Amino acid sequence: MSNDVILAGIIVVALAVYTLTGGADFGGGVLDALARGPRAQKQRDAIAHAIGPIWEANHVWLILVVVLLFSTFPSAFAAISTALHIPLTVMLVGIVLRGTAFVFRAYDSQAPEVQRRWTRVFSSASIVTPIAIGMSAGAVASGKILWTPELGVTSGFFAGWTTAFAGFVGLFLLAQATLLAAVYLCLETSEELQEDFRVRAIGAAIIVGVTAFGTLFFAKTDAPGIWEGLTAGGSMLVFHAITGVTALGAIGALLKRKYVVARILVAAQVVLVLGGWAMAQYPFIIAPNLTFADAVASPTVTTPILVALAGGSVLLVPAFWYLYRVFKMKTDEQP
Amino acid sequence: MPLLMVIAESLWLRTQQTVYLDLAKRWAKGTAIMFAVGAVSGTVLSFELGLLWPTFMEHAGPVIGMPFSLEGFAFFLEAIFLGIYLYGWQKVSPKKHLFAGVMVLLSGTASGIFVVMANAWMNTPAGFEVVDGKFINIDPWAAMFNPGSFTQTTHMALAAFASVGFAVAGIHAALLLRDPTSLFHKKALKIALFIAVPFSFLMPISGDMSAKHVAHTQPVKLAAMEAHWDTENGAALRIGGWPDEETQTTSWSIDIPYALSILAFGAPDAEVKGLKAFDDDLHPPVAITHLAFQIMVAAGTTMMGIGALIGFLAWRRKKLPTDPWVLKLLVAATPLGLIAVEAGWTVTEVGRQPWVIQGIMRTADAVTPMPHLVVPFTLFTTLYLFLGVVVIYLMRRVVFMSPQREEETQQNEVNHVE
Repeated sequence: MSNDVILAGIIVVALAVYTLTGGADFGGGVLDALARGPRAQKQRDAIAHAIGPIWEANHVWLILVVVLLFSTFPSAFAAISTALHIPLTVMLVGIVLRGTAFVFRAYDSQAPEVQRRWTRVFSSASIVTPIAIGMSAGAVASGKILWTPELGVTSGFFAGWTTAFAGFVGLFLLAQATLLAAVYLCLETSEELQEDFRVRAIGAAIIVGVTAFGTLFFAKTDAPGIWEGLTAGGSMLVFHAITGVTALGAIGALLKRKYVVARILVAAQVVLVLGGWAMAQYPFIIAPNLTFADAVASPTVTTPILVALAGGSVLLVPAFWYLYRVFKMKTDEQP
Repeated sequence: MPLLMVIAESLWLRTQQTVYLDLAKRWAKGTAIMFAVGAVSGTVLSFELGLLWPTFMEHAGPVIGMPFSLEGFAFFLEAIFLGIYLYGWQKVSPKKHLFAGVMVLLSGTASGIFVVMANAWMNTPAGFEVVDGKFINIDPWAAMFNPGSFTQTTHMALAAFASVGFAVAGIHAALLLRDPTSLFHKKALKIALFIAVPFSFLMPISGDMSAKHVAHTQPVKLAAMEAHWDTENGAALRIGGWPDEETQTTSWSIDIPYALSILAFGAPDAEVKGLKAFDDDLHPPVAITHLAFQIMVAAGTTMMGIGALIGFLAWRRKKLPTDPWVLKLLVAATPLGLIAVEAGWTVTEVGRQPWVIQGIMRTADAVTPMPHLVVPFTLFTTLYLFLGVVVIYLMRRVVFMSPQREEETQQNEVNHVE
C-alpha cells in the first residue's frame, strides 16, 4: 500500500475518533442547552462531570488531523483553508468560546446569574461549532471547490459550504453529536436522570434519520460526485442497508433500555457513515480536481511522519487507556 | 505553572504539611485555566496557519510537519495527564497523581520546544532544496534540528520558567505585603523564587548564545537589533537610542566601544555588518526591532539583578528575605518576564521581515488571497482581549487569594444564593 492511502486511512480513523469523543463533547453542550425541568441542574452536573477530565484530550484529535493534512497533503490543506476561510473561522471562534466558557464556568462564582451566563456561551458555541464543521465537511464533499495547481482555489470563498447539502451535513453532525452524548450519558447516570437522557437520545436519533435523508436528497444536485459514489452498484446498497439497520437497531436498543448495545450501535453508525463518505469520495481529497495521490507530499516526508505516528502511538495508546480507565471504567461495569 | 504545582505536591508528600497541598491545588487550578485557553488557542493556531498563510504552509507544511506532529502527541499527553491530575485527586494513588503532574510538566515543555523548533526553521531554514519554486529533497529531521533549533528552544524554555517564576513570586509578594503573617504566601513565594532566581541567571547566558547565533546566520537582524547602520571593525554596543530609518542614523544612544564585536564574534576588532550593507528592501522595521530588543535585554538584566540580590540575601540570612522593600521590588518585577518574552518574540519575528522563511519566501507572498482580513483580525483580537480579562479575573479569584479570604468570598456567595 502506498503512503497516501495509509495516511488517508489514518486521517479518516482520526476523524472517526474525533467524532466519537470530541463530537460527544459538543453533544454534551447541546444537551446542556436542552437541560429542562426539575432536574435541569442535575443534568448539567452530569454532563460537566462526564466531559470535565477528557474534553481537552478529545479535541487534540482535530489538531492531529490538521497537522497530518498540512504535513502530508499540503496543497489540499492550502486549498481547504483558502476556500473555507469563513466557516472555519466561525468554527474556531466556537471552539475557543466553548472550551474557555466550560472551564471558566467551573472556576468562576457559583452565583446563578454568573453560571447562567457561562452556560449560555458554552451551549450556544457547542451548537454552532459542529454545524460549522459539518458545513466545511459538506463543502469538501460537494465537488464545488475548484482547484488548479497553478492558480490554487478558483471557486472563491463561498463555494460548497453555502449549499443546502452542506447545511444538512451540519445539522446531521449536530444531531449525531447530541445522540452520542445522550447515549454515553445514559451509561453514566441512573434512574430519572437516565430516563431524561434516554428520551433525548431517542429524539436525537430520529433527527439524525431525518437529516440523513435530507443530506442524501440534496446530494443529488449539490454533491453529484458523492451521490454517484453512494449509489454506485450493489455493494454500496448493502453498505447503506447495514448503516440503516445499525441506526434502527440503536433506536430499538434505546427503547428497550439496552444502553451498552445502544452505545456500540451508535458508534458503529458513526464509523459507517464516515467510512461511507470516505469510500464515496475516494480517490479525491477535494473533489473534483485534487486526488490523494496528487496532493501527497514526497515519501521523504511521509515515511518519517508515519514512523513518528507509530512511535507516538506507543506512548499515546496506554496513556489514553489509563485516562479512560480512571474516569470511565466504573460506569462501564454497570449492566 | 506545572513545575510549581509539582514541587508543591512533592513537598506535601514529603512533609505532610497541608499548606503545600493547598498550594499544589491552587496552582493546578491556575494550570487548568491557562491550559484551557492554551488548548483552544493551539487549535486556532494550527488552523490559522492555513487560513492566513496558505502559500507558506503549502510549501513549508511538509518540511516542518515533523515537529508539529510530535507536538500533537506531546499535547495529547499533556491533556490526558492534566485531566488525571485535576480530576484524579481521589481516584489515583498519591504517587501516580504526582507522576501525572510530572508528565504534564514534561509534555508541556516538550510541546513548547517542538513549536519553537518549527519557528527556528523559519529563521535558519534547513532540510530541503528549492528548485523552480518547489521545495524538494525534503529531510524533515534535518529541518527539525535546523541550526537555530538548539539556541532558540533553550532560550524560550528558560524564559518560560523564569517569567512565570517572577510573575508568581510578584503576586504572592503583593499578597504577603497585605497579609504579612500568611504561611501560605510565604511558602508560595519561596517555591516561586526557587525557580525564578536560578533561571534568571541562565537566561542571559542563553541570550548571549542566541545573539551570537543570530550574528552568524541573520546579520541583518542583528544589525536591526543593534540599530547598527555602518559596517565597522570594532563595533560599539548601542544601548537605548532612537533609530531614524529616513536618515539611517541612530541618535541619543549610549555606546560601549568594541563591545558589539566582542559579544557577537568574540574579538574586539571583528567586523560587524551594518544595515547599509544590505539592500533597503531587505531591512526589517529597524525601530521596532531595536526597541523590542532593548526592552527584552533591559527586562532580563533587571530580573538577573533582582535574582542576584535575593539569592545573596537568602544566602546571608539563611532564610527567605521578606522585608517590605524586597517584596515591593518583587511586585514591581511581576510583569518583567512576560514583557521580555513578548519583546523577544517581536525581535525574532519583526527582525526577520521581509521574510517569512529567511532568504526563501517573503511574507507578502505567503499570505492568503482572502479579502477583508481586518474582520477576523478584529474578531480574534477582541475575543482574546476578552479572554485575557477573564483569565486575570479568574486567576485572582481562584489562584492568588489568601486561603481565609477565599472562604469568606465563598461564604458571601452562598449567602447571596440563599
